[in-house]
Amino acid sequence: MPKALEVTLPSDREVRVVRSFNAPRQLVWDAHTKPALIQKWMLGPPGWSMPLCEMDVREGGRYRWRWRSDEDGKEFGFFGEFKHVNAPSKLVHAEHYDPGDVGGAMDSSEPAIITSEFVEANGVTTLTVTMLFASKDIRDGAVSTGMTDGMEMGYVRLDERFKAEAA
Amino acid sequence: MQKATALDATFAALADPTRRAILARLATGEASVAELAEPFAMSQPAISKHLKVLERAGLISIGQDAQRRPRKLEIKPLEEAVDWIERYREIWAANYERLDALLEELQAKPAKRKRRKD
Repeated sequence: MPKALEVTLPSDREVRVVRSFNAPRQLVWDAHTKPALIQKWMLGPPGWSMPLCEMDVREGGRYRWRWRSDEDGKEFGFFGEFKHVNAPSKLVHAEHYDPGDVGGAMDSSEPAIITSEFVEANGVTTLTVTMLFASKDIRDGAVSTGMTDGMEMGYVRLDERFKAEAA
Repeated sequence: MQKATALDATFAALADPTRRAILARLATGEASVAELAEPFAMSQPAISKHLKVLERAGLISIGQDAQRRPRKLEIKPLEEAVDWIERYREIWAANYERLDALLEELQAKPAKRKRRKD
């Protein structure tokens, strides 16, 4: 099955998420770089939408993402700069958390560096997203606030292992 | 905020690979400090330090045997952490499931996709 979601902690400053898709690489790339497409799937928690998605996908180009709660209108987001763009195989961006009126800011001006790699084989595209934080503390902080891009899943592999072993 | 503090302690304890390996070992049954130190090529004092962190986080306790003082896994704080994480894992998984659907739709309508390209 190409769909399994894998999360690992390759070093104490990183979290890595691997996911495969039944689609050609160009399409998966488009879905990660074209705002009209991103806004259709990157919706965050249930009841949230992504009203703002600005992306200037080139080296030195900036981006800004913002989510809004349908219920109370609260917002949070991310913003930053593209560091490396090699369509359709590799995208590196620096990411700052924008707490909006949701909160959970990390005490750091240092952005996380997010590397997304797209590899296609036999019509299946595997996406590897590696998030590198300025320090272990910041990674763990990001993990425990739970607001940063789903990184908290870093421990899920561990949980699965525990579940398997405890069963 | 009691709960958040407990979660912080759990996550801080889980953030170290040796401590995760110790917990994985304990998931298979109780073990003495010497048994725990063995696979890690680590001194007993070094292992004891990790065990203290795990103990403070409530992730392990000391078993019945007074002589061996074996450590055992306490599953409850882990379960709380798992529940808490699971909410966010679902968000991530839901995003990717939506992306699956979108990719399917885009492949079904290649002409429409071309027009979207700038």
